[in-house]
Amino acid sequence: MLELSLNHYLAVSAVLFALGTFGIFLNRKNVITILMSIELMLLAVNINMVAFSAYNGDLEGQIFSLFILTVAAAEAAIGLAILVVFFRNRGSIAVEDVNMMKG
Amino acid sequence: MIEALFFYLFAAVMLGAGLMVVVSRNPVFSVLFLILAFFNAAGLFVLIGAEFIAMLLVVVYVGAVAVLFLFVVMMLDINFAEMRAGFQKYLPIGLVVGGILVFELVAAMYGDAFSGATLPAASEISNTRALGNVLYTKYMYLFQVAGLILLVAMIGAISLTMRRRSGVRRQVIAEQNMRRREDSVEIVDVPVGASARTVATVPPGKRER
Repeated sequence: MLELSLNHYLAVSAVLFALGTFGIFLNRKNVITILMSIELMLLAVNINMVAFSAYNGDLEGQIFSLFILTVAAAEAAIGLAILVVFFRNRGSIAVEDVNMMKG
Repeated sequence: MIEALFFYLFAAVMLGAGLMVVVSRNPVFSVLFLILAFFNAAGLFVLIGAEFIAMLLVVVYVGAVAVLFLFVVMMLDINFAEMRAGFQKYLPIGLVVGGILVFELVAAMYGDAFSGATLPAASEISNTRALGNVLYTKYMYLFQVAGLILLVAMIGAISLTMRRRSGVRRQVIAEQNMRRREDSVEIVDVPVGASARTVATVPPGKRER
């Protein structure tokens, strides 16, 4: 128990990933919280990548984690920009109001 | 030994903060707990020997992404209490799905698949230098593409949120520089005792100097 192993990190990241999923289910109306839950899930994936990379002595996992970080930052920027534009047009960010393209 | 204690500390605080992100009533608190979770994840990364990713997490996530979230949450005027309606309704299904996820992932883990690996001895070159050695040689093109992705995201975010508002008086430098004295200043000879309004004004160009 007091000797760290790969499984410790994997367990933590599994719980964090599940927390992110839980958050998406729980806050179905609030886009901002959904985006934050997605960030949590990406963080869990990063922990997995880095843990495998460190325990296998292979740097590729950390390189990949770097790219995940880049894409996550881009995704957050674009997502929040879309959110701001949507709020400007509709005055609300509730998910059920997002139905303008519904034919 | 002390390493394990720090692992449990970081992991517990991170998971607690993650839970608070999800269930917190006020989105501002959610963002602050998100920052706490990122800090503790960075601690975990330092513990495992990935210092560069840890520092990157602090700089990129805490310094940029979380602050961006904070800006947007505070900028938009939203009634968040109304948005929490149905929170109780979705609780059971969320718990079920989350529980299934944890169960599956942990079950996969405790099949003996990953138990053999032990942390290799730290090499003499630092983590940052080792990462740089790989990133700038073998993954050079991917690195460039990552930069391109960030550029596209930047341009997209700016072009999405920029708007031209009508009815706003802006400074136009070119117009200011084009302006001549004759167009704007008018000299009126006012006789003693007459008000300026009764004097016929001469157009600025024809006036004798």
